[in-house]
Amino acid sequence: MSFLVSLLFLQAASDMGPGTPPYARPGEESVDPYVADNRNAGASPFDGEGMAKAFHGQDGIRRIVDTMVEASSADPVIGEIFANHDKIRLKRTIFEQFCYILNAGCSYTGRDMAASHKDLGIQKADMNRLVEVLQRAMTTEGVAFQAQNRFLSKLAPMRRDVLQK
Amino acid sequence: MKFTKSALALALTGIVLAPQPSAARPLRNGGKLLLTNGISSLEGASGGGLTPWAVIAGNETSDGIGLSAHGTLVEVKDYDYQSAGVAVGFRDRIEISYAHQNFNTNDIGTALGLGKDYAFSQDVIGAKIRVAGDLVYDHLPAIAVGAQYKRNNNGTIVRAIGARDNEGVDYYASVSRLFLSRSILLSATARLTKANQLGILGFGGDLKDSHSLQFEGSAAWQLSRRLAIGGEYRSKPDNLGIAREDDWFDAFAAYAVKRHLTATLAYTDLGSVATVKGQRGIFLQLQAAF
Ligand code: HEM
Repeated sequence: MSFLVSLLFLQAASDMGPGTPPYARPGEESVDPYVADNRNAGASPFDGEGMAKAFHGQDGIRRIVDTMVEASSADPVIGEIFANHDKIRLKRTIFEQFCYILNAGCSYTGRDMAASHKDLGIQKADMNRLVEVLQRAMTTEGVAFQAQNRFLSKLAPMRRDVLQK
Repeated sequence: MKFTKSALALALTGIVLAPQPSAARPLRNGGKLLLTNGISSLEGASGGGLTPWAVIAGNETSDGIGLSAHGTLVEVKDYDYQSAGVAVGFRDRIEISYAHQNFNTNDIGTALGLGKDYAFSQDVIGAKIRVAGDLVYDHLPAIAVGAQYKRNNNGTIVRAIGARDNEGVDYYASVSRLFLSRSILLSATARLTKANQLGILGFGGDLKDSHSLQFEGSAAWQLSRRLAIGGEYRSKPDNLGIAREDDWFDAFAAYAVKRHLTATLAYTDLGSVATVKGQRGIFLQLQAAF
């Protein structure tokens, strides 16, 4: 049985080139191997469906993440940090992370926050800037301010892992 | 010799080029989230209107230096009050502030025998250090301690009404937290003070001439990125026999008009001030922060 599963995985992986994890989307660059685990998302999911609804389900979350990643990359303050990073993967993994935390029915397959942001040189002002970009994306999607803050309360403790030591 | 010299040069280059801790990075000013620098309290410290919070003046983070300036008007039933001040924040850690306060007795001045429009004034120099935690991030709430040196400019008059001194120092400790999951900010301050009505009526009196412990608090609800509403409380000593002093309350709305400009409007109840009861009215403030 497990042999069959690994065979399937190998099959899927070979579709996207050697070394690509099975959950990657076409066009993603490969990353150093790591073990996928929901705990890498850095926060436990909300209970119930309220938050997923407030974010308009997976469709709403996808719109918010796409807007956030594009706006961050174009931002005069933090854009530089995103330059030369794989936006196709970033949109997928951040979508998965948000969707997982908002309890909208996803697993998170990306790296943990410390590994993802190692050596990016992120300072506190960059973190606050990203929060503002995300707030704007959530407001554009029509997410109520109180729900926005509830979600941010899950991300806030991750700052310690994201900042440059 | 030649070898040691180049070895030394190499070692020095290594020290200069090695990754440095944050303190050695170039200064980077600005970067706080909107409203999280607070407004300027009556005595000039960053916080609410009536009380300091454990936040540091200016928009800087731990990587920079920040600055704020404010003007405040309070119009209550019989008196009016203005203050203006500046504050500097160093690395979101240390705050140094200055405020000049002016308290006009209007018609009451005549009744008090001081003359119409008699005005008291006071200068306050404050220092505050955030010793631990953070208002928004991390596990610990922001915790700060501070001191305010106050010097009343009407020494003869305040002594005549029973105050023991025209200068004094307040000591305080504050704990503040923005609970994002509820969009609620709570802040509490404990203050040791001898000041009568902030010090505008001097320090100490016939009833009591020592520091007493007072409690101050703010609660705010953030309605949007730019707007917060809330209420505040400040307990007061009661040192002067001839002029009872009441606890203070306010209800406020603070609005970030622009990134660098916050406007605050409050309804405030100062109770009995300089023998006249029922001093309720409006508090208005504009604060610029960078
Ligand atoms: C708590 C706040 C943050 C969260 C939850 C978060 C989340 C994530 C996630 C899920 C990934 C993808 C990991 C993967 O694909 O394996 C990622 C990567 C990345 N993040 Fe963040 N992030 C945060 C803060 C920031 C900030 C403040 C910046 C910069 C201003 C930033 C810039 C990046 C960049 C450039 C990558 C791509 C790294 C790479 O390509 O190797 N992140 N982040």
